[in-house]
Amino acid sequence: MTEDKRTRGPVTVFLVDDHALFRAGARTELESITDEVRVVGEAGSVAEAVAGIARTRPQVVLLDVHMPDGGGAEVLRRVRPEQPDVVFLALSVSDAAEDVIAVIRAGARGYVTKTISSRELVRAVVRVADGDAVFSPRLAGFVLDAFADRPGAEPISDPDLDLLTPRERDVLRLLARGYAYKEIASELFISVKTVETHVSSVLRKTQLSNRYELSRWASDRRLV
Amino acid sequence: MGDVQEQATEERTANAAARSASSASSASRPQLGIQVGHQAVASPGGPPKMYRRRTGRAVAGVAGGLADHLGVKVLWVRATFAVLAAFGGVGLLAYGLLWAFVPQQSRDEPPTVESAKERQQAYGLLALGIGLTVAGGAITGMLSGWVGLPVAVALVGAAVVWREADESQRRRWRDGARSGVAGAVLGGGGWSAAVRVLSGVALVMTGIGVVVLRGSSFHQVQLALISVLATLVGVAVLTIPFWLRLVRDLGDERRARIRTEERAEIAAHLHDSVLQTLALIQKQSESPREVARLARGQERQLRTWLYGPSGYGAPKQPDGEGHGTPGTLSEAIAGICGQVEDAFAISVEQVVVGEAELDESLTALVHAARESIVNAAKHAGVEEVSVYAEVEPTSVTVFVRDRGKGFDPDAVPEDRHGLSDSIRGRMERNGGSCRLRTAPGEGTEIQLAMPRKAMAKTAQGAT
Repeated sequence: MTEDKRTRGPVTVFLVDDHALFRAGARTELESITDEVRVVGEAGSVAEAVAGIARTRPQVVLLDVHMPDGGGAEVLRRVRPEQPDVVFLALSVSDAAEDVIAVIRAGARGYVTKTISSRELVRAVVRVADGDAVFSPRLAGFVLDAFADRPGAEPISDPDLDLLTPRERDVLRLLARGYAYKEIASELFISVKTVETHVSSVLRKTQLSNRYELSRWASDRRLV
Repeated sequence: MGDVQEQATEERTANAAARSASSASSASRPQLGIQVGHQAVASPGGPPKMYRRRTGRAVAGVAGGLADHLGVKVLWVRATFAVLAAFGGVGLLAYGLLWAFVPQQSRDEPPTVESAKERQQAYGLLALGIGLTVAGGAITGMLSGWVGLPVAVALVGAAVVWREADESQRRRWRDGARSGVAGAVLGGGGWSAAVRVLSGVALVMTGIGVVVLRGSSFHQVQLALISVLATLVGVAVLTIPFWLRLVRDLGDERRARIRTEERAEIAAHLHDSVLQTLALIQKQSESPREVARLARGQERQLRTWLYGPSGYGAPKQPDGEGHGTPGTLSEAIAGICGQVEDAFAISVEQVVVGEAELDESLTALVHAARESIVNAAKHAGVEEVSVYAEVEPTSVTVFVRDRGKGFDPDAVPEDRHGLSDSIRGRMERNGGSCRLRTAPGEGTEIQLAMPRKAMAKTAQGAT
């Protein structure tokens, strides 16, 4: 999709996961499949990650959500103020709504689960490095669910900020149905770039949303 | 103290007979004092322990416990206490001391059955004892008449509070110390316990107040009250660290126990599910398909257990809607996806937005969706099928899609019933609709839409 346009070298990636075995596996997979991605460092704890990211200045951080001392959200909170141009892609075995929403709101540019194939993971890394968002169908479902106007929901405080446009909602629906960006583009008769713009703005709204709806929803529903 | 214990052990049987005889006839104060001391001190150490009764008791189970300990009828013990009460309240004093120092039976002991007659006698003797105390006090002049009544009132109040404290401790044992400081006072007994404690306190205050007021001028009373208050405040301030430590220790202990229980539960679950599956996988390692099937099924189970709506990670909601019951759309869809995953060794990714209670037409929708997933698993030739369900205020839509072979709908022979009967027919009979998007080489998507009957359920499903 977008990788053709890239002119710089391989995307530099930093791995954060508390399982050394997983880090080793991910590193091998990422580097053996393609030369688009280069792993520049790895860390097994929040403190190590913060220091390592500051040192190696990667483009993308592959971030585990569950770690002993605070988890991925903590890394995001500590790194983002100082290095706003580092992009985070959450990579977790958990697809519980709470975890997904928490890291997305903390500023991750995407969320993929560990069952993802290596090739798709490389594509996701390259895509977030280019400034796009990566939504798994499940994540799209969570966001749709969180933003759905349903009877009995809280009144919306700031419509400009909080509401998804009908178009964004359409895009999310197709994402949740398992469509690739290209398929969404042809389905809605728009360009892939427009799809990416919609998805990015959904992500921005999710992060900026001051509605407590998201977290409340996540705890109320406990949906997987 | 050791001597006393040994003595108590050896002399128990002899003592018992002698004591009942002596106390029944004429017991002098010092003699009884020794006896009381005997029981109280000896009880924690020696084998013949004395416990207050937990069941079948009138006030605090002291008389019952003593009767069990001495092997005599409880009626006699009570009568003795009542009679002793006449001698300057010795009976009451003895009873109170025993109450304070003798521990209560553990709750594993078999309950003591007490007949209604015995109980009635007990209350009669209790009233007699109090009456005799007052009368005895009045006659001997130890307590002049007007003091007797308030003292009796204060004693009754103290008894009520003590008894409540006993009860609350019992409740705390039963509930596993789940309450905090307030629980230590009220014992989680709610309003009735609070009322009992407060009325007891009021009785004591009234009794003491009457004594004090009658005995002195109002000014002195004020002074006395102030000094008492000051003392109480001082004691409270001085003991704050102690209370804090007590509360913290309780909390620590509670947390530790919860953690241990959780760990045990997780270990048990991992043993039951994951380890068994890993063992199976080792045996089946030549068959990748079977390994994938086992691993996928196990992953799904564990995921449901950890993150699912009724799973381990979910907050405990005893009255939560849809808790543990397969009555909601998302659970039904997760169920059918799991079945197909297991049966066909493919992975089914399901996303459900919104939630609805299952009714007849939604059940039909779920069945149709299952048939669609099975079709995709059988014919599409892919490893993965996506299922997306969305609950909207007016309808429920389910999309089942694969990126497989696809087919030409017009070329399907007439005798194939899967799509026409199981899916389209089922949807239409229940008022829904079914749309098919497919072409050779482009995968297949089946869209199932079912209008919602009960709009009232929308709000419920939304929360």
